Amino acid sequence: MSKEIIKVGMAAFNIATAPASLVTIGLGSCVGVCLWDSAKKIGGLVHIMLPDSTQARNVTNKAKYADTGIALLVEEMIKKGTTSSRLTAKIAGGAQMFNFPGSTSVIRIGERNIEAVRMCLKRLNIRILAEEVGGSCGRTIEFFTVDGLLHIKTINQGEKTV
Amino acid sequence: MKDYSEINELQLDALKEISNIGAGNAATSLSQMIGRPINMSVPRARIAPFSEIADYVGGADKVTAGGYLRVDGDMPMGMLFMIETEQAFYFLDILFGNAPGTSDSWTEMHCSAFKEIVNILSGSYLNALAVFTNNVYSPSVPAMAVDMTGAILGEVLQTVGEISDYALILENVFIEKEKEITGQLFLLPEPKTLESLLKALGVL
Repeated sequence: MSKEIIKVGMAAFNIATAPASLVTIGLGSCVGVCLWDSAKKIGGLVHIMLPDSTQARNVTNKAKYADTGIALLVEEMIKKGTTSSRLTAKIAGGAQMFNFPGSTSVIRIGERNIEAVRMCLKRLNIRILAEEVGGSCGRTIEFFTVDGLLHIKTINQGEKTV
Repeated sequence: MKDYSEINELQLDALKEISNIGAGNAATSLSQMIGRPINMSVPRARIAPFSEIADYVGGADKVTAGGYLRVDGDMPMGMLFMIETEQAFYFLDILFGNAPGTSDSWTEMHCSAFKEIVNILSGSYLNALAVFTNNVYSPSVPAMAVDMTGAILGEVLQTVGEISDYALILENVFIEKEKEITGQLFLLPEPKTLESLLKALGVL
């Protein structure tokens, strides 16, 4: 049987159990947050777009924001049998794709996303084992539920596994 | 209007019409710039959740060159021009008077010329809109990136993401006859701008 690969789109999340892997393609300023339960071999991936849901008028899609997205993923993983204290995290993304010359008005959304993700994970007592963040390149990531490894592909800066 | 998902068919058609006028102007400018005829396909208007949007533009992992600019003023919006790298080089070779196939990497001159193309395309597009809506448009200098389509779109859609779960993309494809070169121009209006556009079109 071939290994199942589950795709996670922008502002979406998914959960998989071994031997399946979770993939999200083309992270720019968005951040991919991967959570893993090493005992149960359950992995979760949320592709967040924005740092903070508290500024939003109404939140219909929780996976879009760092705060609600991570909370939602943890909640759903608990439903699948994991406990929050066993979870560890790996994160990737938060780049700045476009650099406007001489402009300060453009919010560095990538950086804000990374900060928000770190804060949310800290609040939930989830340890970050690896980060592959910032810079100015797009990233495609694959998260393996078997061993919790995260494979990161870029166009100009090669590939690596963390 | 709270969300792009509320836009109806009639309104979508009206938006296509307005993007047709804008892109028609842009195609004329591009054609004058490179000294060759440029055709345009029928514009497309799409509303899709963020998780699906990359699939509509050829897949999130395709490598493209994107020129992006913000429009401030009465009508805040984003504009994005995307083209595959080899196709961008074809345009640039024509522009530089080189034989097609000469360019193979993004030098400073290539980037600068690419941004200029984006500048001219968006400027002429917005001029057409301005005549139509009687608004003031103040576009920024374009920024560019050569990377995965998904990564480029993610950042461009972020402003829209603050207010909506759906993206509206108005897409025009430019075609250079000799070699079926296509570049896509996207207009990404913020909800407030969208309302003004729909009002100007008499469909809101």
